[in-house]
Amino acid sequence: MLSWVLITSLSEGLKKCNMNVRIKSNVAVSDSGFVFDPSTGDSYSVNPIGVEIIQLLKEKSSTDDVLKSILERYETDEKTIDKDLFEFIQLLLNLQLAEKV
Amino acid sequence: MTKLRYERPIITSLNGGVSNKFGTRSLHEPVSHIDGVSVKEIIAQYGSPVFILSERKIRQTYRDAKRAFTSRYPKVQFAWSYKTNYINAICNIFHQEGSWAEVVSIFEYKKAIANGVPGKNIIFNGPDKTEEDLRTAIENDSLIHIDHLDELYQIIELTGSLKKRPKVAIRVNMDTGIYPMWDRFGFNYENGQAWDAINKIILTDKMDLVGLHCHIGTFMLSPNAYAVAANKLSDLALGLKLHHKKNIEYIDLGGGFASKNTLKGSFLPGSDIIPGFDEYAEAICTTLLNAGFTKDDLPMLILESGRALIDEAGFLAGSVIANKRLSDGRRALVMDMGVNLLFTSFWYDHRISPVEASGHHTENAVIYGPLCMNIDVLRENVTLPPLKKGDQVVVHTVGAYNMTQWMQFISMRPNVVLIDPEGKTHVIRRKETVDDLNKMEEMPSHLKSFKI
Repeated sequence: MLSWVLITSLSEGLKKCNMNVRIKSNVAVSDSGFVFDPSTGDSYSVNPIGVEIIQLLKEKSSTDDVLKSILERYETDEKTIDKDLFEFIQLLLNLQLAEKV
Repeated sequence: MTKLRYERPIITSLNGGVSNKFGTRSLHEPVSHIDGVSVKEIIAQYGSPVFILSERKIRQTYRDAKRAFTSRYPKVQFAWSYKTNYINAICNIFHQEGSWAEVVSIFEYKKAIANGVPGKNIIFNGPDKTEEDLRTAIENDSLIHIDHLDELYQIIELTGSLKKRPKVAIRVNMDTGIYPMWDRFGFNYENGQAWDAINKIILTDKMDLVGLHCHIGTFMLSPNAYAVAANKLSDLALGLKLHHKKNIEYIDLGGGFASKNTLKGSFLPGSDIIPGFDEYAEAICTTLLNAGFTKDDLPMLILESGRALIDEAGFLAGSVIANKRLSDGRRALVMDMGVNLLFTSFWYDHRISPVEASGHHTENAVIYGPLCMNIDVLRENVTLPPLKKGDQVVVHTVGAYNMTQWMQFISMRPNVVLIDPEGKTHVIRRKETVDDLNKMEEMPSHLKSFKI
């Protein structure tokens, strides 16, 4: 119960930061972790958990959904995933692979 | 349902271009055990960070070095360089293997005596020997390596009040074709200072000149420089025989052999470029054997190698305190061990391995230590798997100079643990406490109280 309270408050925090994002529709992501942005020609390598996050965001999941999904599937805690997800999303925005919604 | 192992999400840009022609790859294989002992368990028992030394590796390296020289030259003696690592247990491993002691201060000298090394098996080097230090060394029949004329005159003076004839050698500096040339220690060969010092010793007839010593540099990548040095010392020894009809007992070529560390700025890893003991031995022994000594006059070869004998036996295990992203996008890791413990990180790119296995995705990162000081950088750029707070790492090849040059600065020095050949762990230097440090301080009475 406690963890749900914390998740809600963390995802509320992300919402306040206006951190709900979408991966741009033309960005290609392979299951093996290869990301290609046709608008710039840049390509990237992403680790498996990163692929999972990108694919969730591509499917129009909210950051809240992503948080819950990662927490359910991986051995981690709310604080860690909140910190890492926030930074990862910032990177996706900086690389112009994602945009705020 | 079993949950998956968590790894921080990372995305790295792929750059097109010509691939690395040497094909070297980043080493991030986990190092979970040292000599069969779990690093995690060592940290759990002795704390983080912790220095770990492998007795098995020390003995194996020593025996490799000894074999390289004794298989080429009939009279070889190693002397353990105390300044490289003077933790008593470490010194005694070398003494058990047959090493004498090579010291450069009265502090190290007293450690060697307390360890049970006979005075006659202690080589006293260095520019700083007080009258009292010299008196002690003379009374113990130690081998005094004279660094400058002031020291020589001081010994001559002391012989007036002492009944013993001091046993001395002179330290000689010389051009061996390498840069930088170490000419601050000893007497120069090329300009005649060394020969002049030899003449003074012989003609005053107050002491026995038993050896000739040089130490041409540190982390020497060229074995040929030792051949040049051996040749020049042999020339002095043969000159002594020719002009004064005296034989010297030994030629001491000092140390300076490289370990498998990677110097900053080096294009290839140290393990790919450093000469092995056989290469140094071949250069030195061949020169001495061909120098012109008769079979009976062949001097003993003394070696004071430190770094090459112990560096690879030392590890520093520590933990990640935090990770962050810098303003320019670089990943930064803050570790609980910094330049206060790893002095050698100022000149080496130390290899760092995670303790636990991870995926094959890696990130470039800068590694900071825990000090609130900008200089505290362990690696400017290293490729590592994504590590999180609490993850543990092992820094390799830290056995030389770190446990002597470490600083009690901001934080205290940690436990040093030895793994014996049976895999048992022993604390050989316990971690410092605030009480240890406060014990040395005195508080004047007018400063004992205050109101804020």
